[in-house]
Amino acid sequence: MAQSTDEILEGLAAIVNEETGIDIEAVEPDKSFTDDLDIDSLSMMTIVVNAEEKFGVRIPDDEVKNLKTVRNAVDFIAAAQS
Amino acid sequence: MGLFDGKTLLVTGVLMDTSIAFHVAKLAQQQGATVILTSFGRTMKITRTIAKRLPQTPTVVELDVSNPEDLDTLAERLREHTDGIDGVLHSIGFAPLGAFTFLEASWEDVATAMQVSAYSLKALAVAALPLMNPGGAIVGLTFDARYAWPVYDWMGVAKAAFEATNRYCARDLGPRGIRCNLVAAGPIRTTAAKSIPGFEVFETNWDERAPLGWDVNDPLPTAKACVALLSDWFPATTGEIVHVDGGVHAMG
Ligand SMILES: NC(=O)c1ccc[n+]([C@@H]2O[C@H](COP(=O)([O-])OP(=O)(O)OC[C@H]3O[C@@H](n4cnc5c(N)ncnc54)[C@H](O)[C@@H]3O)[C@@H](O)[C@H]2O)c1
Repeated sequence: MAQSTDEILEGLAAIVNEETGIDIEAVEPDKSFTDDLDIDSLSMMTIVVNAEEKFGVRIPDDEVKNLKTVRNAVDFIAAAQS
Repeated sequence: MGLFDGKTLLVTGVLMDTSIAFHVAKLAQQQGATVILTSFGRTMKITRTIAKRLPQTPTVVELDVSNPEDLDTLAERLREHTDGIDGVLHSIGFAPLGAFTFLEASWEDVATAMQVSAYSLKALAVAALPLMNPGGAIVGLTFDARYAWPVYDWMGVAKAAFEATNRYCARDLGPRGIRCNLVAAGPIRTTAAKSIPGFEVFETNWDERAPLGWDVNDPLPTAKACVALLSDWFPATTGEIVHVDGGVHAMG
Protein backbone atom coordinates (compact mmCIF):
# COMPACT_ATOMS: atom_id res chain seq x y z
CA MET A 1 0.00 0.00 0.00
CA ALA A 2 2.56 2.59 -1.16
CA GLN A 3 1.46 6.22 -0.85
CA SER A 4 2.78 9.26 -2.69
CA THR A 5 5.28 11.45 -0.85
CA ASP A 6 2.64 14.20 -0.77
CA GLU A 7 0.18 11.90 0.97
CA ILE A 8 2.86 10.84 3.45
CA LEU A 9 3.80 14.46 4.14
CA GLU A 10 0.16 15.31 4.76
CA GLY A 11 -0.31 12.35 7.09
CA LEU A 12 2.91 13.07 8.97
CA ALA A 13 2.01 16.75 9.36
CA ALA A 14 -1.30 15.72 10.91
CA ILE A 15 0.52 13.51 13.44
CA VAL A 16 2.98 16.31 14.28
CA ASN A 17 0.08 18.73 14.67
CA GLU A 18 -1.81 16.37 16.95
CA GLU A 19 1.23 15.83 19.20
CA THR A 20 2.62 19.37 19.33
CA GLY A 21 -0.07 21.76 18.09
CA ILE A 22 2.28 22.99 15.34
CA ASP A 23 0.33 24.21 12.27
CA ILE A 24 0.03 21.57 9.57
CA GLU A 25 1.31 24.07 6.96
CA ALA A 26 4.45 24.70 9.05
CA VAL A 27 5.51 21.06 8.74
CA GLU A 28 7.50 21.62 5.54
CA PRO A 29 9.97 19.15 3.97
CA ASP A 30 13.12 21.15 4.74
CA LYS A 31 12.28 21.84 8.38
CA SER A 32 14.37 20.12 11.03
CA PHE A 33 12.31 18.39 13.75
CA THR A 34 14.54 19.58 16.56
CA ASP A 35 15.99 22.90 15.36
CA ASP A 36 13.07 24.39 13.40
CA LEU A 37 10.02 22.68 14.88
CA ASP A 38 11.44 22.47 18.42
CA ILE A 39 10.24 18.91 18.94
CA ASP A 40 11.76 17.16 21.98
CA SER A 41 12.75 13.49 22.17
CA LEU A 42 9.56 12.34 23.90
CA SER A 43 7.36 14.04 21.29
CA MET A 44 9.56 12.58 18.57
CA MET A 45 8.99 9.08 20.03
CA THR A 46 5.25 9.69 20.05
CA ILE A 47 5.34 10.88 16.44
CA VAL A 48 7.41 7.87 15.38
CA VAL A 49 5.12 5.25 16.95
CA ASN A 50 2.04 6.96 15.52
CA ALA A 51 3.67 7.14 12.08
CA GLU A 52 4.45 3.42 12.32
CA GLU A 53 0.76 2.71 12.92
CA LYS A 54 -0.53 5.12 10.29
CA PHE A 55 1.82 4.10 7.49
CA GLY A 56 2.21 0.41 8.37
CA VAL A 57 6.00 0.57 8.59
CA ARG A 58 8.67 -0.03 11.24
CA ILE A 59 11.06 2.81 12.05
CA PRO A 60 13.85 1.26 14.13
CA ASP A 61 15.17 3.34 17.05
CA ASP A 62 18.61 3.52 15.48
CA GLU A 63 17.08 5.03 12.35
CA VAL A 64 15.27 7.82 14.20
CA LYS A 65 18.45 9.83 14.78
CA ASN A 66 18.99 9.93 10.99
CA LEU A 67 15.56 11.47 10.43
CA LYS A 68 16.65 15.07 10.93
CA THR A 69 14.24 16.80 8.57
CA VAL A 70 10.63 16.21 7.65
CA ARG A 71 11.86 15.17 4.17
CA ASN A 72 14.17 12.52 5.71
CA ALA A 73 11.15 11.03 7.49
CA VAL A 74 8.88 11.15 4.43
CA ASP A 75 11.56 9.52 2.27
CA PHE A 76 12.21 6.82 4.87
CA ILE A 77 8.51 5.98 5.13
CA ALA A 78 8.08 5.96 1.33
CA ALA A 79 11.06 3.60 0.94
CA ALA A 80 9.83 1.36 3.74
CA GLN A 81 6.37 1.09 2.14
CA SER A 82 7.65 0.11 -1.30
CA MET B 1 -3.93 -24.64 29.92
CA GLY B 2 -1.93 -21.46 30.48
CA LEU B 3 0.14 -20.48 33.52
CA PHE B 4 -2.18 -17.56 34.19
CA ASP B 5 -5.65 -18.83 33.29
CA GLY B 6 -8.18 -16.75 35.23
CA LYS B 7 -5.44 -14.51 36.64
CA THR B 8 -4.89 -10.78 36.38
CA LEU B 9 -1.48 -9.10 36.25
CA LEU B 10 -0.58 -5.45 36.68
CA VAL B 11 2.34 -4.61 34.40
CA THR B 12 4.16 -1.31 34.73
CA GLY B 13 6.90 -0.06 32.43
CA VAL B 14 5.59 -0.69 28.91
CA LEU B 15 6.92 2.23 26.90
CA MET B 16 8.05 0.86 23.53
CA ASP B 17 7.84 -2.63 22.06
CA THR B 18 11.47 -2.98 23.10
CA SER B 19 10.52 -2.55 26.78
CA ILE B 20 11.16 -5.64 28.89
CA ALA B 21 7.64 -5.16 30.28
CA PHE B 22 6.12 -5.37 26.78
CA HIS B 23 7.51 -8.88 26.40
CA VAL B 24 6.36 -9.89 29.87
CA ALA B 25 2.84 -8.64 29.05
CA LYS B 26 2.86 -10.50 25.74
CA LEU B 27 4.01 -13.83 27.23
CA ALA B 28 1.58 -13.47 30.13
CA GLN B 29 -1.34 -12.90 27.74
CA GLN B 30 -0.26 -15.93 25.72
CA GLN B 31 -0.39 -17.85 29.02
CA GLY B 32 -3.97 -16.77 29.66
CA ALA B 33 -3.49 -13.67 31.83
CA THR B 34 -5.65 -10.59 31.80
CA VAL B 35 -3.11 -7.77 31.77
CA ILE B 36 -3.54 -4.19 32.96
CA LEU B 37 -0.79 -1.74 32.05
CA THR B 38 0.29 1.48 33.71
CA SER B 39 1.91 4.51 32.15
CA PHE B 40 2.15 8.16 33.02
CA GLY B 41 2.13 11.75 31.82
CA ARG B 42 3.40 12.35 28.33
CA THR B 43 4.47 8.70 27.86
CA MET B 44 0.80 7.62 28.16
CA LYS B 45 0.12 8.23 24.45
CA ILE B 46 3.10 6.12 23.42
CA THR B 47 2.10 3.28 25.76
CA ARG B 48 -1.48 3.31 24.42
CA THR B 49 -0.25 3.05 20.83
CA ILE B 50 2.27 0.31 21.67
CA ALA B 51 -0.35 -1.58 23.73
CA LYS B 52 -2.26 -2.24 20.50
CA ARG B 53 0.67 -4.43 19.40
CA LEU B 54 -0.04 -6.94 22.19
CA PRO B 55 -2.20 -10.02 21.45
CA GLN B 56 -5.07 -8.31 23.33
CA THR B 57 -5.12 -4.55 23.83
CA PRO B 58 -5.01 -4.03 27.60
CA THR B 59 -6.45 -1.25 29.73
CA VAL B 60 -3.83 1.39 30.61
CA VAL B 61 -4.11 3.22 33.93
CA GLU B 62 -2.16 6.30 35.00
CA LEU B 63 0.67 5.75 37.50
CA ASP B 64 3.62 8.00 38.11
CA VAL B 65 5.43 6.28 40.98
CA SER B 66 6.75 9.62 42.18
CA ASN B 67 3.22 11.01 42.53
CA PRO B 68 1.68 10.16 45.95
CA GLU B 69 -1.84 10.83 44.67
CA ASP B 70 -1.45 8.33 41.81
CA LEU B 71 -0.24 5.76 44.33
CA ASP B 72 -2.98 6.48 46.89
CA THR B 73 -5.76 6.12 44.34
CA LEU B 74 -4.30 3.20 42.39
CA ALA B 75 -6.27 0.39 44.05
CA GLU B 76 -9.53 2.31 43.78
CA ARG B 77 -8.93 3.05 40.08
CA LEU B 78 -7.93 -0.57 39.40
CA ARG B 79 -11.16 -1.78 41.04
CA GLU B 80 -13.03 -0.36 38.04
CA HIS B 81 -11.33 -3.05 35.96
CA THR B 82 -10.71 -6.01 38.28
CA ASP B 83 -11.63 -7.56 41.65
CA GLY B 84 -8.14 -8.79 42.38
CA ILE B 85 -4.56 -8.94 41.19
CA ASP B 86 -2.36 -12.03 41.16
CA GLY B 87 0.90 -10.43 40.15
CA VAL B 88 2.63 -7.09 39.73
CA LEU B 89 5.58 -6.39 37.46
CA HIS B 90 7.74 -3.46 38.54
CA SER B 91 9.67 -2.50 35.40
CA ILE B 92 10.51 1.08 36.21
CA GLY B 93 13.83 2.85 36.26
CA PHE B 94 14.91 6.44 35.88
CA ALA B 95 17.83 8.64 36.88
CA PRO B 96 18.51 12.20 35.73
CA LEU B 97 21.57 12.62 33.48
CA GLY B 98 23.60 14.12 36.34
CA ALA B 99 23.33 10.84 38.26
CA PHE B 100 25.55 9.15 35.66
CA THR B 101 28.62 11.18 36.71
CA PHE B 102 29.47 9.66 40.07
CA LEU B 103 31.69 12.25 41.72
CA GLU B 104 29.77 15.28 40.50
CA ALA B 105 26.17 14.13 41.00
CA SER B 106 23.96 16.36 43.16
CA TRP B 107 21.79 14.98 45.96
CA GLU B 108 18.75 16.22 44.05
CA ASP B 109 19.58 13.98 41.07
CA VAL B 110 20.47 11.07 43.33
CA ALA B 111 17.26 11.52 45.33
CA THR B 112 15.19 11.33 42.14
CA ALA B 113 16.99 8.15 41.07
CA MET B 114 16.36 6.64 44.51
CA GLN B 115 12.69 7.59 44.60
CA VAL B 116 11.77 6.42 41.11
CA SER B 117 14.09 3.41 40.87
CA ALA B 118 14.23 2.00 44.44
CA TYR B 119 11.58 3.35 46.83
CA SER B 120 9.00 2.86 44.08
CA LEU B 121 9.10 -0.92 44.61
CA LYS B 122 7.74 -0.51 48.14
CA ALA B 123 5.40 2.27 47.02
CA LEU B 124 3.95 0.13 44.20
CA ALA B 125 3.65 -2.94 46.43
CA VAL B 126 1.72 -1.01 49.07
CA ALA B 127 -0.46 0.71 46.47
CA ALA B 128 -1.43 -2.62 44.89
CA LEU B 129 -1.75 -4.52 48.19
CA PRO B 130 -5.49 -3.97 48.81
CA LEU B 131 -6.18 -5.88 45.59
CA MET B 132 -3.49 -8.54 45.84
CA ASN B 133 -4.75 -12.12 46.12
CA PRO B 134 -2.89 -14.50 48.46
CA GLY B 135 -0.34 -16.50 46.47
CA GLY B 136 0.36 -13.40 44.41
CA ALA B 137 3.78 -12.23 43.34
CA ILE B 138 5.68 -9.01 42.83
CA VAL B 139 8.60 -9.10 40.40
CA GLY B 140 11.09 -6.35 39.60
CA LEU B 141 14.14 -5.87 37.39
CA THR B 142 17.62 -5.11 38.60
CA PHE B 143 21.12 -4.83 37.19
CA ASP B 144 23.46 -6.79 39.49
CA ALA B 145 24.15 -4.18 42.17
CA ARG B 146 27.01 -6.00 43.94
CA TYR B 147 29.53 -4.37 41.64
CA ALA B 148 30.65 -0.91 40.55
CA TRP B 149 30.03 -0.86 36.80
CA PRO B 150 31.27 1.55 34.16
CA VAL B 151 28.80 4.44 33.52
CA TYR B 152 25.99 3.07 35.76
CA ASP B 153 27.02 5.24 38.72
CA TRP B 154 24.15 6.39 40.98
CA MET B 155 21.72 4.15 39.12
CA GLY B 156 23.90 1.31 40.45
CA VAL B 157 23.55 2.67 43.96
CA ALA B 158 19.79 2.97 43.45
CA LYS B 159 19.70 -0.65 42.26
CA ALA B 160 21.51 -1.73 45.45
CA ALA B 161 18.77 0.01 47.43
CA PHE B 162 16.17 -1.60 45.15
CA GLU B 163 17.59 -5.06 45.90
CA ALA B 164 17.48 -4.36 49.63
CA THR B 165 13.92 -3.04 49.27
CA ASN B 166 12.98 -6.35 47.65
CA ARG B 167 14.25 -8.27 50.68
CA TYR B 168 12.25 -6.10 53.10
CA CYS B 169 9.14 -6.38 50.92
CA ALA B 170 9.63 -10.16 51.04
CA ARG B 171 9.83 -9.98 54.85
CA ASP B 172 6.73 -7.87 55.30
CA LEU B 173 4.51 -9.30 52.57
CA GLY B 174 5.42 -12.97 53.07
CA PRO B 175 2.96 -13.35 55.96
CA ARG B 176 0.21 -12.20 53.57
CA GLY B 177 1.17 -14.94 51.13
CA ILE B 178 2.84 -12.57 48.67
CA ARG B 179 6.24 -13.31 47.12
CA CYS B 180 8.74 -10.62 46.08
CA ASN B 181 11.57 -11.43 43.70
CA LEU B 182 13.87 -9.76 41.20
CA VAL B 183 15.40 -10.69 37.89
CA ALA B 184 18.96 -9.39 37.42
CA ALA B 185 19.10 -8.96 33.66
CA GLY B 186 22.11 -8.48 31.42
CA PRO B 187 22.16 -5.37 29.22
CA ILE B 188 19.25 -5.01 26.77
CA ARG B 189 18.88 -2.19 24.23
CA THR B 190 15.74 -0.49 25.52
CA THR B 191 14.86 3.20 25.70
CA ALA B 192 16.05 3.39 29.32
CA ALA B 193 19.34 1.67 28.55
CA LYS B 194 20.06 3.80 25.50
CA SER B 195 19.48 6.96 27.48
CA ILE B 196 22.46 6.06 29.72
CA PRO B 197 25.48 7.87 28.28
CA GLY B 198 28.10 5.25 27.37
CA PHE B 199 25.76 2.21 27.61
CA GLU B 200 27.52 0.83 24.50
CA VAL B 201 30.47 -0.32 26.67
CA PHE B 202 28.34 -3.28 27.76
CA GLU B 203 27.23 -4.29 24.33
CA THR B 204 30.15 -6.38 23.04
CA ASN B 205 31.76 -7.04 26.38
CA TRP B 206 28.83 -8.98 27.84
CA ASP B 207 28.52 -11.41 24.98
CA GLU B 208 32.23 -12.23 25.28
CA ARG B 209 32.10 -12.76 29.05
CA ALA B 210 28.89 -14.80 29.18
CA PRO B 211 29.39 -18.59 29.06
CA LEU B 212 26.04 -18.82 27.27
CA GLY B 213 26.67 -15.69 25.16
CA TRP B 214 24.34 -12.70 25.33
CA ASP B 215 22.18 -10.84 22.81
CA VAL B 216 21.51 -7.21 23.80
CA ASN B 217 18.63 -7.13 21.33
CA ASP B 218 16.74 -10.05 22.89
CA PRO B 219 14.53 -9.25 25.89
CA LEU B 220 12.84 -12.67 25.77
CA PRO B 221 15.06 -14.63 28.22
CA THR B 222 14.54 -11.87 30.80
CA ALA B 223 10.80 -11.70 30.14
CA LYS B 224 10.46 -15.48 30.51
CA ALA B 225 12.13 -15.39 33.93
CA CYS B 226 9.77 -12.62 35.05
CA VAL B 227 6.79 -14.66 33.90
CA ALA B 228 8.08 -17.75 35.72
CA LEU B 229 8.51 -15.80 38.98
CA LEU B 230 5.05 -14.23 38.58
CA SER B 231 3.51 -17.69 38.13
CA ASP B 232 2.88 -20.21 40.89
CA TRP B 233 5.86 -22.30 39.80
CA PHE B 234 8.03 -20.59 42.45
CA PRO B 235 5.64 -20.99 45.39
CA ALA B 236 8.30 -21.07 48.13
CA THR B 237 10.73 -18.48 46.72
CA THR B 238 10.84 -14.92 47.98
CA GLY B 239 13.45 -12.21 48.55
CA GLU B 240 15.41 -13.84 45.72
CA ILE B 241 17.35 -12.48 42.75
CA VAL B 242 17.47 -14.68 39.66
CA HIS B 243 20.29 -13.82 37.25
CA VAL B 244 19.37 -13.80 33.58
CA ASP B 245 22.67 -12.61 32.19
CA GLY B 246 24.13 -15.48 30.21
CA GLY B 247 26.10 -16.45 33.33
CA VAL B 248 28.28 -13.34 33.66
CA HIS B 249 27.54 -12.99 37.39
CA ALA B 250 29.21 -16.32 38.13
CA MET B 251 32.46 -15.67 36.26
CA GLY B 252 35.68 -14.28 37.74
N1 LIG C 1 17.70 -2.60 29.64
C1 LIG C 1 18.63 -3.08 30.45
O1 LIG C 1 19.80 -3.24 30.06
C2 LIG C 1 18.26 -3.46 31.85
C3 LIG C 1 19.09 -4.34 32.57
C4 LIG C 1 18.74 -4.67 33.88
C5 LIG C 1 17.61 -4.11 34.45
N2 LIG C 1 16.83 -3.25 33.73
C6 LIG C 1 15.65 -2.67 34.38
O2 LIG C 1 14.49 -3.05 33.67
C7 LIG C 1 13.44 -2.13 34.00
C8 LIG C 1 12.70 -1.75 32.72
O3 LIG C 1 13.50 -0.98 31.87
P1 LIG C 1 13.65 -1.23 30.30
O4 LIG C 1 15.09 -1.55 30.08
O5 LIG C 1 12.60 -2.16 29.81
O6 LIG C 1 13.47 0.24 29.69
P2 LIG C 1 12.15 1.08 29.26
O7 LIG C 1 12.64 2.44 28.98
O8 LIG C 1 11.44 0.39 28.16
O9 LIG C 1 11.26 1.05 30.55
C9 LIG C 1 11.45 1.92 31.67
C10 LIG C 1 10.07 2.31 32.14
O10 LIG C 1 10.11 3.08 33.34
C11 LIG C 1 9.00 3.93 33.29
N3 LIG C 1 9.10 5.02 34.25
C12 LIG C 1 10.11 5.93 34.37
N4 LIG C 1 9.80 6.83 35.35
C13 LIG C 1 8.59 6.45 35.85
C14 LIG C 1 7.73 6.98 36.87
N5 LIG C 1 8.06 8.08 37.57
N6 LIG C 1 6.55 6.35 37.11
C15 LIG C 1 6.19 5.25 36.40
N7 LIG C 1 6.96 4.72 35.43
C16 LIG C 1 8.14 5.31 35.16
C17 LIG C 1 9.02 4.43 31.85
O11 LIG C 1 7.77 4.97 31.48
C18 LIG C 1 9.32 3.14 31.11
O12 LIG C 1 8.13 2.49 30.73
C19 LIG C 1 14.11 -0.97 34.74
O13 LIG C 1 13.95 -1.15 36.12
C20 LIG C 1 15.57 -1.16 34.36
O14 LIG C 1 16.44 -0.57 35.30
C21 LIG C 1 17.13 -2.92 32.44
